[in-house]
Amino acid sequence: MKKMKELKVLAVVVFFTLITYWGVEPYAHSVMHKHVEGHDFKYPDLKPAPKGNPEKGKQLIATCTGCHSIESQGIKAPMDALAASKAYGVNPPDLSNAGALYDEKFLVDLMQNPNHATKVKKFAMPPSVGSAQDAADIAAYLKSIAPKEISNKEAFESACGRCHAMRYAKWTQLGEIPKTKPNIKTKQDPELMKFKLQVAEYQENLANYMGKLPPDLSTIIRARSKQYLETFVEDPQTQLPGTAMPRVGVTKEAYEKIEQYLEAVGDSSKPDRERIGPWVIGYFVIFTLLAYLWYKSNWRDIV
Amino acid sequence: MAHFDPNARPFSHKWLNERLAIDTLKRVLSTEYWIPKNINFLWAMGMVLAVTFGLLLLSGIFLLMYYIPDTKQAFDSVNYTIMQEVGFGWLWRHIHAVAASVVFLIIYIHMFTGIYYGSYKRGRELIWISGMLLFVTFSAEAFSGYMLPWGQMSYWAGMVITNLFSMGSLEWNWLVEWIRGDYVPGQAFLGRFFMLHVLLLPLVIIGLIIFHFGTLRIPHVNNQDGEEIDFEAEAEKWKAGKRKEAKVIPFNPVFLSKDVFVLGVYFIFFFYLVFYHYQFAMDPINFDPADPLKTPPHIYPEWYFLWSYEILRPFPKDPGLIAFGFAQVIFFFLPFLDRSPNVAPANRRRPFRCWFWLLLIDMVALTILGKLPPVGIYTTLGTIFAWLFIILWIALPFITKREKLVGGKK
Ligand code: HEC
Ligand code: HEC
Ligand code: HEM
Repeated sequence: MKKMKELKVLAVVVFFTLITYWGVEPYAHSVMHKHVEGHDFKYPDLKPAPKGNPEKGKQLIATCTGCHSIESQGIKAPMDALAASKAYGVNPPDLSNAGALYDEKFLVDLMQNPNHATKVKKFAMPPSVGSAQDAADIAAYLKSIAPKEISNKEAFESACGRCHAMRYAKWTQLGEIPKTKPNIKTKQDPELMKFKLQVAEYQENLANYMGKLPPDLSTIIRARSKQYLETFVEDPQTQLPGTAMPRVGVTKEAYEKIEQYLEAVGDSSKPDRERIGPWVIGYFVIFTLLAYLWYKSNWRDIV
Repeated sequence: MAHFDPNARPFSHKWLNERLAIDTLKRVLSTEYWIPKNINFLWAMGMVLAVTFGLLLLSGIFLLMYYIPDTKQAFDSVNYTIMQEVGFGWLWRHIHAVAASVVFLIIYIHMFTGIYYGSYKRGRELIWISGMLLFVTFSAEAFSGYMLPWGQMSYWAGMVITNLFSMGSLEWNWLVEWIRGDYVPGQAFLGRFFMLHVLLLPLVIIGLIIFHFGTLRIPHVNNQDGEEIDFEAEAEKWKAGKRKEAKVIPFNPVFLSKDVFVLGVYFIFFFYLVFYHYQFAMDPINFDPADPLKTPPHIYPEWYFLWSYEILRPFPKDPGLIAFGFAQVIFFFLPFLDRSPNVAPANRRRPFRCWFWLLLIDMVALTILGKLPPVGIYTTLGTIFAWLFIILWIALPFITKREKLVGGKK
């Protein structure tokens, strides 16, 4: 009798709590954020690429190295990053990892018609290749020189790092902040100041080019849902129509690496949370059982 | 005349008793602090609240060791230093944020328990009023805490809420600026809210908790039937060994053992939220650093302020503010607006029974609508429920005045 009554009271409390929760969380968010269906980084709007020949692509690569470096092949950039940002607004990325990062269809389309591939009006790279076949050959070449395994960090730095800083990983658009030591007598660090000055100038060029400075991505993993991030990177226009961020064209595997990196930098305590959670909850389950026994022993002879 | 035995061993029971009256203290505060037997687990909510406040205090102290109240460093001191560098910093922060949110859930349960059983009447008016003071101070504490990480929601919620103090058409911008210490939220704003959050308001809360406990002492807590109990007589029965007949039990150990059991269940729920389900308490938008140039598409307060926010929103500026002010203070007057002498569960007091459930449903509806964007049907519903809230409170004295006597017991 008594027990039933308490359970009934509990049911009422739980009922109203859950309704409120449902209203302010899942329901409110479904109303506030439009739902975007992703396509699993398959880019169905792009034409399938013809089969490419890496040998031929190697012959054609000079079309690209007028602007891009390919460090792994010993091809240096024609200008340093800061000078490049003056010329283009942003530093053309090194292509050593390109074959491992970008979708093939995307690359082929990008070389012929960058604005179409990236879905933005302003993309500093001009159409560089005349035929789909040539483009496919270059893509095949880039694929052939790409490392078999790239780390999560490299994936992020190559695909996003020219635009986005990540201060929690000491990453700037010009690379990692160098490890310098301040002068003992003056306590000043001119080396670091020089670097920071260069970053500031680069960011200014970048912000003028894009209309705004792309945000630092240190905490983005907790600021957006995974579903949002995934569909946003796959096609920024779906979530922020008119945004200056280009469609980057990464493959699903590359995106997963990038996401893991964002999580490692922005939410590094997640593994700890998952490890400790069950212990703490287990502790309180035992606590509750013992408390129940104590409660029963006290109330045994009084009701 | 105090008597001190020169031979008592220092810190022995006798020695302490002569100096601190520990036996009396123990008797008065715990073993002979009488609680009615006829109560359910809802009467453990006060203890749950006290313990949750303890958790907030403890976790807050750990956060305070690394938090930096500087607009340029606050965000990273929380999200990098505390969340990622300091050992278990993330745990303290999750506990603090989840506790700050859950504490309001428990407060609302605690309040509605009081309303349901009529525990604000017949000598218990001051318990209710001190509780409302706690509610208001806790609200200020939570709001000031929410400013500290200096994320997008900190900044913009700070902007919107302090703007309310311009008092609508009165355009008291001087008051807004006085509160902010600047034209817009900035360093002065963060500094003063930091002070409020970690010093002044916690002190006030501790004082109010003691006051709240004090107001409980003479009227004792109510019970499931609103029965008026002769505590002295019932206590005598208990002390005479008639444990079954007595209508009261001592707080320690009998009621305490039930409190601790309820606390155990609560902790399982609480730590589940801390480890696996914390988004509701740590808004993702607040993980974007404050940016005065970028207004977020949706600005909303934390869930526990939504109902009063929704009373503000559907009306034009000035009536909205008046309605909002009404909502803020009206609960204080409950003991005097309820004109019926009945102290009984709402279900036995009609039409008060309808009033109670309508109020509960109305506040849940307002809470949900407060988060939804104010468009179309949501605005219409918001207006209806806001009016319902006002009408319910205006109707209360008339409804209760005509209520029939139901007597304490069933
Ligand atoms: C005139 C200089 C120029 C030439 C020539 C050029 N690029 Fe680019 N490329 C750029 C610039 C600048 C960007 C960065 C644009 C931006 O991020 O807005 C870029 C970006 C890229 C990207 C990154 C795209 C993305 O989705 O993030 C790839 C891949 C790329 N180029 C490949 C190539 C290849 C392959 C060629 C040769 C066919 C080539 N580029 C020729 C200037 C050039
Ligand atoms: C050519 C420069 C560029 C590159 C490359 C780039 N982004 Fe962006 N990104 C931007 C800009 C500009 C914005 C700001 C968009 C806005 O607010 O309209 C942005 C915004 C974002 C946002 C925030 C969106 C929001 O909801 O506010 C995320 C997340 C993001 N980028 C992720 C990435 C990831 C991941 C990569 C690499 C795969 C990447 N970006 C590559 C320029 C870039
Ligand atoms: C004396 C006790 C307290 C101390 C010392 C304290 C200290 C702090 C500190 C340093 C922060 C900033 C770090 C952070 O954001 O996590 C903070 C945040 C916060 N506090 Fe407290 N606090 C106390 C009590 C409370 C109480 C009683 C409440 C509410 C009922 C509360 C609600 C909050 C909220 C909502 C935040 C923001 C949490 C977040 O966004 O993560 N605090 N507190």
